[in-house]
Amino acid sequence: MEQTHIENTATEHVSYKNYITGFILAVVLTIISFGLVLTGIVPKQLAVTGLFVAAAAQIAVHLYYFLHLDSSLSQRWNLITIAFTALLLFIFIAGTIWIMHTLNTRMM
Amino acid sequence: MQNSMESTYPAEWHEADRLEIQMLGFWIYLMSDLVIFAILFATFIVLGQNYAGGPGPKQLFDLPYLFGETMLLLTSSVAYGFGMVAMQQEKKNAVLAGLGAAFLLGAGFVAMEIHEFYGMIMAGHGPSHSGFLSSFFALVGTHGTHVSFGLLWMAVMMIQLLIKGPTVVVRSRLMRLSLFWHFLDIVWVGVFTVVYLWQVL
Repeated sequence: MEQTHIENTATEHVSYKNYITGFILAVVLTIISFGLVLTGIVPKQLAVTGLFVAAAAQIAVHLYYFLHLDSSLSQRWNLITIAFTALLLFIFIAGTIWIMHTLNTRMM
Repeated sequence: MQNSMESTYPAEWHEADRLEIQMLGFWIYLMSDLVIFAILFATFIVLGQNYAGGPGPKQLFDLPYLFGETMLLLTSSVAYGFGMVAMQQEKKNAVLAGLGAAFLLGAGFVAMEIHEFYGMIMAGHGPSHSGFLSSFFALVGTHGTHVSFGLLWMAVMMIQLLIKGPTVVVRSRLMRLSLFWHFLDIVWVGVFTVVYLWQVL
């Protein structure tokens, strides 16, 4: 009886098709990432850019197909909190790199 | 009235509202976990080139082996997802099959990682050797610990599903474990990109 209440909330998007599409996209992006490094056919600077673009795309694939994050109303607060966290991560990581880099240059 | 005194939730709330707020609470925990990983990533980026005369990423990392690890974790994530679809269709045995497959694939990932760590430490390249290795073991080890606890949680949930059956509480816990498990796969995308591939390049 009680179990039927859950049906229409967070599980609403779940389907085999979603997971299979996500899986195929993730495998293709992983192969691109590893291929960029293992084959060495792409110039280094371009390969680094390619790596990060592929990683960002793969994270987006995981969020959308596996974590079912989208702009729908039921996901609104999940989206707001992850956007805020992304800002925090940017401040932490870019800030750390910036500070340590200038420190290194000044110590030279 | 009495009902609302006992519960931490307003009495007029339905089970679905409760599930939604629990999912959001767990999501916010995951965001705070992401902050821990961000700090470890920043530490690795800063210390990652300090080899202290020891071996660097090119000597230590075996990329085809890493590709195997990556595929294990990804298929584990998808197997768990299949289990969640089965849960929606009320097929208990299929849920157990999905969880079991996810557990075995995840355990394979942890076993490969332990083997990798063991080989490095036995060769004298443990975390105390250089800044690069300290930050490497801290970041990759933290992720591996998360995966190990996820496996423990998954084993507990399989037992609960067998004993209690797919009750509201068990289903709601399985949904939060689903978030945790997929989340760890996302962190792994960052790990294999920043720690392994970028450093070898």
